[in-house]
Amino acid sequence: MISFCGIQLRHPIVNGSGTFDAIAARRAFGDALLRDFPFAAFVSKTVTLAPRQGNLPPRLWELAAGMINSIGLPNKGLDGYLAEDLPRLAELPVPLIVNVMGSTPEEVATLVAAFAGREEVAALELNVSCPNVKTGLLMGADPGETAALLDAVRPRTAKPLIVKLTPNCASPAAVAAAAEQHGADAVSLVNTLRGMAIDPRRPGQPWLGGGTGGVSGPAVRAIALAQVREVRERVRVPIVGMGGVQSGRHARDLLDAGADLVGVGTESFRDPRAGGRIAAELAEIDANSGIVAGPPKPARPRIAQSL
Amino acid sequence: MTEGFEARGAWAAAGHGMSAAAGHGSSGERTLAPFGRRRLPVVGRREYGAYVVISVADPGGPAPDPGQFAMLAAAERWGGGADERPFLPRAFSVARRHHDGTLDFLLEDVGPGTNRLAELDDGDDVWLLGPLGRGFAPPHDGRRPILVGGGVGIAPLAILQDALGPSPLVLLGFRDVDHAAGAALLCDPNVATDDGSVGHHGFVTELLASEMDVALRSSQARSSGRRYIEVYACGPPPMLEAVRALCAEHGVPAQLALESGMACGFGACFGCVVPTRDGYVRLCVDGPVLDAAVLEAVT
Repeated sequence: MISFCGIQLRHPIVNGSGTFDAIAARRAFGDALLRDFPFAAFVSKTVTLAPRQGNLPPRLWELAAGMINSIGLPNKGLDGYLAEDLPRLAELPVPLIVNVMGSTPEEVATLVAAFAGREEVAALELNVSCPNVKTGLLMGADPGETAALLDAVRPRTAKPLIVKLTPNCASPAAVAAAAEQHGADAVSLVNTLRGMAIDPRRPGQPWLGGGTGGVSGPAVRAIALAQVREVRERVRVPIVGMGGVQSGRHARDLLDAGADLVGVGTESFRDPRAGGRIAAELAEIDANSGIVAGPPKPARPRIAQSL
Repeated sequence: MTEGFEARGAWAAAGHGMSAAAGHGSSGERTLAPFGRRRLPVVGRREYGAYVVISVADPGGPAPDPGQFAMLAAAERWGGGADERPFLPRAFSVARRHHDGTLDFLLEDVGPGTNRLAELDDGDDVWLLGPLGRGFAPPHDGRRPILVGGGVGIAPLAILQDALGPSPLVLLGFRDVDHAAGAALLCDPNVATDDGSVGHHGFVTELLASEMDVALRSSQARSSGRRYIEVYACGPPPMLEAVRALCAEHGVPAQLALESGMACGFGACFGCVVPTRDGYVRLCVDGPVLDAAVLEAVT
């Protein structure tokens, strides 16, 4: 067992928010999903206060080493989530982390408060890849915005708060430092990188219904490694590292760069058991190299700081 | 959710059940997929004009419901082609399941994924996840089924015809003679081609319109009102839209198998949505077969 923000986990592999729908997967695979659940904790898809339909299709574009998605956070809204999704997700055999997003700090605080007393919820993750409708700034792209968000949200819950950092900003590490200083218990990164594709049948027009989308998959792995290391140099709180992880080796690399847990996302689309496979591969790598799972993290990165 | 049912969902209940492999489950609405992709050998490759059928041995797998699909990827050299794709698996309707568990998939080489899959032959392996999605339901109230297929969309109609037993009326449309060779997958089809090289010169929906006209004017139809025929269709969106409009006009129920690009096939990515009267639905878990009545239009 390893400990993450006081939550006991069987192994360090979790899912990235929005990359695995455990309720839909149970419809497809039945209870076999529960017996062999691939993740040590389950991070649910972003919940917003009001229901969202999501973006116009097409929503997907395949890349040489990954994909672009423009899904647009479809969800049932807070009330629908509490009534329909939360009871189903509470049946999962692992701790539940609820991801929330709002368009103002107050809205996020309302969402967080709604889960503060729910025993089914182990932790909350804040999706800050959203513009603050009052300031126009992306909440997670500016340290001041992130600080203001945490100041509004932190008093509303005793549950661990994880800030999901966006790579689409000048300095994710500066945002991570602001989050830590204002009470975040952990950070997770990377979210998808903004990208676009041109419609092959309509010159100059975007393929994706949302215009641009988020790039994920092996294409972003090197970026994730660099950003996780950079963030590790600035914060002491635990890091959930993710981006293009397809194997135990990739997970080990992110852990060595300073992550405490590793998120698997796009690879689950190719292989729904990827999380479990990667956890097993990681355990084998660590067994062969004498690393014992779950030692206390060094406060500073083990790798050289110069490039 | 329940597992381990001997009889599966709607098809078994309606007496159409094919033998279900032991140990696999049904949720009542669908045959469940084993959790995880399976590496399976390709045991056959046949060309039908512009199409290729690859056969995959899956003796231990569950028998799919007609209309269910699988995600397929070549086990080797998936990616790294001319433009370094494919990266994601591709969704294909199961075209047929043989008694030994061999699954047939109908492919047309139109892009990097189908290009790679269409070159697979004996000795190659695929990764297969499935069966997935909600397939066709048995005909309601004993209606007479009419099967309408267009192009590569004829695939799920073959396994549907197998399940329906005594030959339902089958209407298939193709671009030209090269594509019309795919009609050999089904028994006794009426064929239309866009260029008139085989069968009716025109759209398959023209064949459907005249069949519906006959069916609805027959004495049986008069006595039972419009509760007489049910249309099952799969094909390109313009064909499905024409089928939907025709059936709506005549009050005939229709089950339409739709297609959309998908990354995962099991509800994770939310990429395969289509608009319905109730908002977007994911074709991979709520489809690919939808009741035509839930659609404003097929786009």
